[in-house]
Amino acid sequence: MAEFNLPKNSRLVEGKTWPKPAGANNLREFRIYRWDPDGESNPRIDTYFVDLDDCGPMILDAIIWIKNKVDPTLTFRRSCREGICGSCAMNIDGTNTLACTKGMDEVTGAVKIYPLPHMPVVKDLVPDLTRFYTQHASIEPWLKTDTPAPEKEWRQTPEDREHLDGLYECILCACCSTSCPSYWWNGDRYLGPAALLQAYRWLIDSRDEATGERLDNLEDPFRLYRCHTIMNCSNACPKGLNPAKAIAEIKKMMVARQY
Amino acid sequence: MARTGPAERPLSPHLQIYKPSITMVMSILHRITGAALFVGTLLLVIFLVALASGKTSFGTVQAIYGSFLGKLVLFGYTWALFQHMCGGIRHFIWDTGAGLERETRLKLGWATLIGSLVLTALAWIVYFLG
Repeated sequence: MAEFNLPKNSRLVEGKTWPKPAGANNLREFRIYRWDPDGESNPRIDTYFVDLDDCGPMILDAIIWIKNKVDPTLTFRRSCREGICGSCAMNIDGTNTLACTKGMDEVTGAVKIYPLPHMPVVKDLVPDLTRFYTQHASIEPWLKTDTPAPEKEWRQTPEDREHLDGLYECILCACCSTSCPSYWWNGDRYLGPAALLQAYRWLIDSRDEATGERLDNLEDPFRLYRCHTIMNCSNACPKGLNPAKAIAEIKKMMVARQY
Repeated sequence: MARTGPAERPLSPHLQIYKPSITMVMSILHRITGAALFVGTLLLVIFLVALASGKTSFGTVQAIYGSFLGKLVLFGYTWALFQHMCGGIRHFIWDTGAGLERETRLKLGWATLIGSLVLTALAWIVYFLG
């Protein structure tokens, strides 16, 4: 049964308002989720003010600015700063996305930042993604064949290769899965949009020879069929991919193989 | 006594903070109207049982259903029915793998809502004119 309320230890309290930078007159307000595993209290919302004249244009620029100039304890993941590593996935202005590719000008009013939704929080904006990665591993994301390996590479026609477009670009940032209410309520049994998009990436690969076995693995009331086409996944994907469509295609394969 | 080790990890906020999209709201409405239809079907059963039981019981039920409050409930039932029907058609389209692109899925969401409201209005206009 879906639990709509947050557990007692997870309810938010109003946090600290950090001082405005001296001499700045082009300020932007940020309201950011904070939780310290070594502290005693519930998660809190801290308010910061960023000097836009001293800071780059993206949300990631702003939170790095805060960490460098205001509060070095603010904790988040980041690496490539160009939308390819998927580390800085978080909930910004109510939608999951990458902080590095989201511009401050895309948000009106105070910028509200939370960790990816309905996940155990390690610290501040860092969620525990262990289960997410386990689910990815469970779909066995590698080429499986019975035919002996060819002397050189496995060949594929350009047309067959095109089937992988819109799938191979996934960076496993978890924006989609953690935007999905079905994943929120049944994340222990439902694989979620990211893992299912990856599953489809191997199902549709002309070189893969384990299609039947892969479908058997997904034929389950929860693993695949908890998708209720809410579409939050595809609306959120910062790479513009369409996990909902990949899931729909898997469901079609399930039906098609019965005839 | 001082705690040993880190505190139990909190669950990050979800429904409380996620910005609703039209597809998300339509999905929630599909669930709610689906449940409402269960109650609506009971109303229909009560009506039919009253009809079969004779003039007096039928008159009573007619009076209740015909009252302002009764009509309001029936109006809600009609909308729930049309909303769930339009939502069902939308899901059917998606089941074929079509209509899942960004612009289309948002339009389908709005079409569900507008379609259900228009059909409800039409049904009641016909009722009041007839």
